Amino acid sequence: MTGVVSPADWAPVALTLKLALVTTAILLVLGTPLAWWLARTKSRLKAGIEAAVALPVVLPPTVMGFYLIVLLGPHGWIGGPWESLGWPRLVFSFPGMVIGSVLYSLPFAVQPLTQSFAVLGDRPLEVAASLRSSPWDRFFTVVLPLSRPGLLTATVLAFAHTVGEFGVVLMVGGNIPGRTQVVSTAIYDHVEMMEYPQAYGLSAAMVAFAFLVLLVLYTLNGRTGARP
Amino acid sequence: MIWGTLRLVREGFSLDVRFDMPGQGLTALFGHSGSGKSTWLRCLGGLERGQGRVRIGDTCWQDDKVGIFVPAHRRPIGYVFQEASLFPHLNVRANLLYGWRRIDPQQRRVGLDEVVEWLGLSRLLARRPEGLSGGERQRVAIGRALLTSPELLLMDEPMAALDAEAKAEIMPYLEALHRRLSIPVIYVTHAVEEVARLADHMVQLRDGRVIAEGNALELLSGLHQQPAAGEEPGAVIEARIAAHDDVHHLTQLSLAGGLGLLAPRLASGEGGMVRVRIPAREVSLSLDVPQGSSILNILPGRIVATAEGDPGRVLVQLELEGVYGPGPRLLSRISRYSWDLLGLAEGMRVQAQVKSMGLARDDG
Repeated sequence: MTGVVSPADWAPVALTLKLALVTTAILLVLGTPLAWWLARTKSRLKAGIEAAVALPVVLPPTVMGFYLIVLLGPHGWIGGPWESLGWPRLVFSFPGMVIGSVLYSLPFAVQPLTQSFAVLGDRPLEVAASLRSSPWDRFFTVVLPLSRPGLLTATVLAFAHTVGEFGVVLMVGGNIPGRTQVVSTAIYDHVEMMEYPQAYGLSAAMVAFAFLVLLVLYTLNGRTGARP
Repeated sequence: MIWGTLRLVREGFSLDVRFDMPGQGLTALFGHSGSGKSTWLRCLGGLERGQGRVRIGDTCWQDDKVGIFVPAHRRPIGYVFQEASLFPHLNVRANLLYGWRRIDPQQRRVGLDEVVEWLGLSRLLARRPEGLSGGERQRVAIGRALLTSPELLLMDEPMAALDAEAKAEIMPYLEALHRRLSIPVIYVTHAVEEVARLADHMVQLRDGRVIAEGNALELLSGLHQQPAAGEEPGAVIEARIAAHDDVHHLTQLSLAGGLGLLAPRLASGEGGMVRVRIPAREVSLSLDVPQGSSILNILPGRIVATAEGDPGRVLVQLELEGVYGPGPRLLSRISRYSWDLLGLAEGMRVQAQVKSMGLARDDG
């Protein structure tokens, strides 16, 4: 990609990857228990939580970005107390972008996980319990291995979707070159400033990356699908 | 001893049982689908929670009065499910060892090699469950349960999902469980043939209530038995294999009292014990020994009791009379017309003609 992406654009590329990695890691840690709960619960809250998780799919990113700026800003419900504790500002910073990305990509991690947990059914868990396996043990030795396709899908989609997001990171991050500028916002800047060759380079890299990721996902899932 | 009470109410179904099952041998929970037998088993295994009390020997697994409920993974049970329950992500060896690894090494009374040899699994160890036949999978599932050195083995219709061939493959192993294991087995089934072949003790259920309970042979042969749906009343008798006749493809069985019975050629060797189920409709009665009959088995007996069967029919219980004393009891179902025509009555001597029989247990 070195020939395609101009040297000045490596900073946004690195930041994009860092943001996507951190976001994906957080989403897997938070999304797995949430998905497990959604897949197993008989609570009446389930539909409400599912709808809330799915909101980022239908809302314009600007709406989410706007609320996040309000909440995380120096006078927001979260940003206010945060800054009064002496911690660095959340908006226009990397932590703020992570919070925005986690919320925005949440459905892409939670939905495939919920799906794959739900199709497991009770039987493998009952079998494991009858073989002296405790609830945690069952989760790690039976549920997670049997949910590999779902985990893989969740990981890849969360990562790729974070790499591909624009509106939320633009609003929460502020597109500050060298600090909060990611690939998608860098392309936007290049186009604004009529720097078409750079825009071409980054865009082509993004297309190649997205295709490659999806290709890997479908190949791997196709293989595990043939051998469930 | 496994005893207690269980109550469970579901939409359109309720289970309400008080039980006291022997601490050894195989107890069949028998009834049609929907009678609650599987739910009961699940409650015993801790997979489902009813209300009441479950005790095995001196150990309490559930007592709602004092708030005890031991979860499934802390109960020393082996559980064999109806359908393939092997973990698809593990090969046969890892499936077998899944439970074995999770018990205290000091409690392991059986090892992998022993189970593999007994169930004939050595060829399968490296294979994945998806490549196994139904019978092979069930053998692995049984081995996996036994490798946890359980104190109680629970089996939920382990043969119901198998075809006839696979059933024939599994049956000898289930029969051998008796002699191999000193632990009690509770076996859920709706098939009277399985009860006849396997059970020592039986509990019959209907609509979540116990309708009969006791020695399996006696219950299955009794005059007032409650036949399962689609099953005819009949008697189950135990016999010893006296000799095989390969020319005629027959096996000579010897019954109590010195009686003999010819059966279709059995697989077991001479001297082995078998159980034979003789449906009542396959037994007809005559006053004298019929001459020139094609029926192989004509046995002398005495009418001990009768019961009204379907309209126009009588169910007759006979005690066979051998040279050395009383033989086993048979059931015969004849028409009311024949009963009156022959002038039959309780206490009379008759000749029982056995037209055919089913093999119930072939102890190998």
